[in-house]
Amino acid sequence: MNSDRPQALSAEGLSYSVGAQTLLDNVRLHAERGQFVGIIGPNGAGKSTLLRALSGMLRQQDGAVLLEGTDLRSMSSKDVAASMALVPQIAPYTHGFTSFELVLMGRYPHLGRFQIEGREDNRITRDAMRQTDTERFTDRTLDTLSGGERQRVFVSRALAQQPRILLLDEPTSNLDVFHQLKVLDLVRQLVNEGLTAVAAIHDLHMAARYCDRLVLLSSGRVLAEGTPEEVLTPKTIEAAFGVRCAVYRDPVAGSLAISLIGPADADTPPAEKVPAITQGVEP
Amino acid sequence: MRTVRLTTLCGYRRMAVTSRLAIGASVLLLLILTSAAVSLSLGPVSIPVTHVASIALSSLGFDTAGFGNTERLVIEQIRLPRILVGAVVGVALGVAGATMQGLFRNPMADPGIIGVSAGGALGAVVAIATGMAGLFFLALPAFAFIGAMAASFLVYGIAAVGGRFSMATLLLAGVAVNAFLGAIVSAIIILLPDNEALREILFWLAGGLDSRSWEHVRISAPLILGGAAVIMLMARDLNLLMLGDDEARSMGVRVGMARVILLAAAALVTGAAVAVSGTIAFVGLVTPHILRLLIGPDHRVLIPMSALGGAVFVTVADTVARTIIQPAEFRVGILTAFVGAPFFILLLIRNKRQVYSL
Repeated sequence: MNSDRPQALSAEGLSYSVGAQTLLDNVRLHAERGQFVGIIGPNGAGKSTLLRALSGMLRQQDGAVLLEGTDLRSMSSKDVAASMALVPQIAPYTHGFTSFELVLMGRYPHLGRFQIEGREDNRITRDAMRQTDTERFTDRTLDTLSGGERQRVFVSRALAQQPRILLLDEPTSNLDVFHQLKVLDLVRQLVNEGLTAVAAIHDLHMAARYCDRLVLLSSGRVLAEGTPEEVLTPKTIEAAFGVRCAVYRDPVAGSLAISLIGPADADTPPAEKVPAITQGVEP
Repeated sequence: MRTVRLTTLCGYRRMAVTSRLAIGASVLLLLILTSAAVSLSLGPVSIPVTHVASIALSSLGFDTAGFGNTERLVIEQIRLPRILVGAVVGVALGVAGATMQGLFRNPMADPGIIGVSAGGALGAVVAIATGMAGLFFLALPAFAFIGAMAASFLVYGIAAVGGRFSMATLLLAGVAVNAFLGAIVSAIIILLPDNEALREILFWLAGGLDSRSWEHVRISAPLILGGAAVIMLMARDLNLLMLGDDEARSMGVRVGMARVILLAAAALVTGAAVAVSGTIAFVGLVTPHILRLLIGPDHRVLIPMSALGGAVFVTVADTVARTIIQPAEFRVGILTAFVGAPFFILLLIRNKRQVYSL
């Protein structure tokens, strides 16, 4: 990766604890403009906390988050929201709002106190819904949609914010495979057009397939960081997740794939000794 | 409810905010004018609606005739100020109810939830029990207003103690302060030797609009309309706050600031309403609910519609209250609860899912 490219979002020395529990420990993350960075790691590793910190929601944290070079803490929340949008992991309870009303809310950071949404805002809203294939839910209230449909509506809202940086917390966790691919394809396409995306992703295959860089978290620390090939090794995966596995290049999709062997205890043979699978791995 | 489908059918919720406001406001303003005209003509002195219209036109500078001077006096000095006080009180309760339900994300919230009504009641009771109310005319509303504001500050102070504000604590503090102030009011009532004052207190507690004057309009209307305007400007923030603090924050809302402004404005309008009318039950709870079923939860439309809807509700209820058992008068606060509560239950049964889903 070319390190001369401008940093869209970067965090240095991020630490955050609640009581005696350290949720983030000296975390460093850099996302260059036009990069898709995936945050991976086991449950409780601090993926969501890191995203909250990146979005400026954690107030009593150590370290700094820089949005295009400016410390988040010196920016108004409206200015932050005008450049950076967050897709929440669990779509919140929506109290009878229709999809259209919800997506239109994404225009909030671009509107003045005395301003009413205009034609342009409606157009942006409709475009955002078209991009996630949710136009047909326009008039439906969100409580009548399935979890996956709701999630896509929330992605639309983030797009209606017209951000330069998109944060996604487990964007595919409620989706079937078709919509997982649709949503991540869309993010990838937007990234190719210049958007910067940082996503917490549970599914290692999806992370390897779509992300330019990965940050592997474990117990609030960065265990590995780099390209998917650098981060997803049997060694780091065992260290983070406690499972033995083999990593190979999927001959069909062309991206890295992981074959789980079993939990990393005495009975499970180490990955090197699974010839049938490791034979397929390209260096 | 059939009406819900009607608004869905004609695509109401898809219209621009301005169109939704224009349509809704026209309907409700028509209702307000009609009920006001009917209300002006009804009473111990029955005045034909044509005379009411003539008097209205004549006050606007037109040269009309065909009405007596007594009729004019009754309308201008007795019925009109009363209707106006009722209307602004309705505006206050409707707006504050919608705001509280949005802020608490809870359909149970009503304007009195943060202790305003109980504080107002205590202020009024103290004014009556000490005889201050009899000394000068504005003592009662002044005491009630001060009591309402003090109670809401106390509740907010408890919820913000230690710098960590929480809506759950606010709710519980409201319940506790309401109970505490209610106990003081009960104690004063029981210990009061004076029967006349006792009657006056009970009368006030039931909420009423009898013998309201232009003076009452003058003291309450600016506070209520000002507070409602502030809430109106925060309507978009309220929409986002309903989705949760984190959500609102990530969309650029200054959550703490928005919440304080909304709470303060809602307390102000409720306090001003309680000061001139006592506690009129159920208007603040029911009005936003009915309107939400019809026009959806978008506060940019819901807040102004709740204002007008509250005004219609109180105007109609007061007209019925003061004419139903002539020559005596019923209290509007009793009537709103008496009619409002069963209606609300009916609504709950017919729209279980939608009402619950707030």
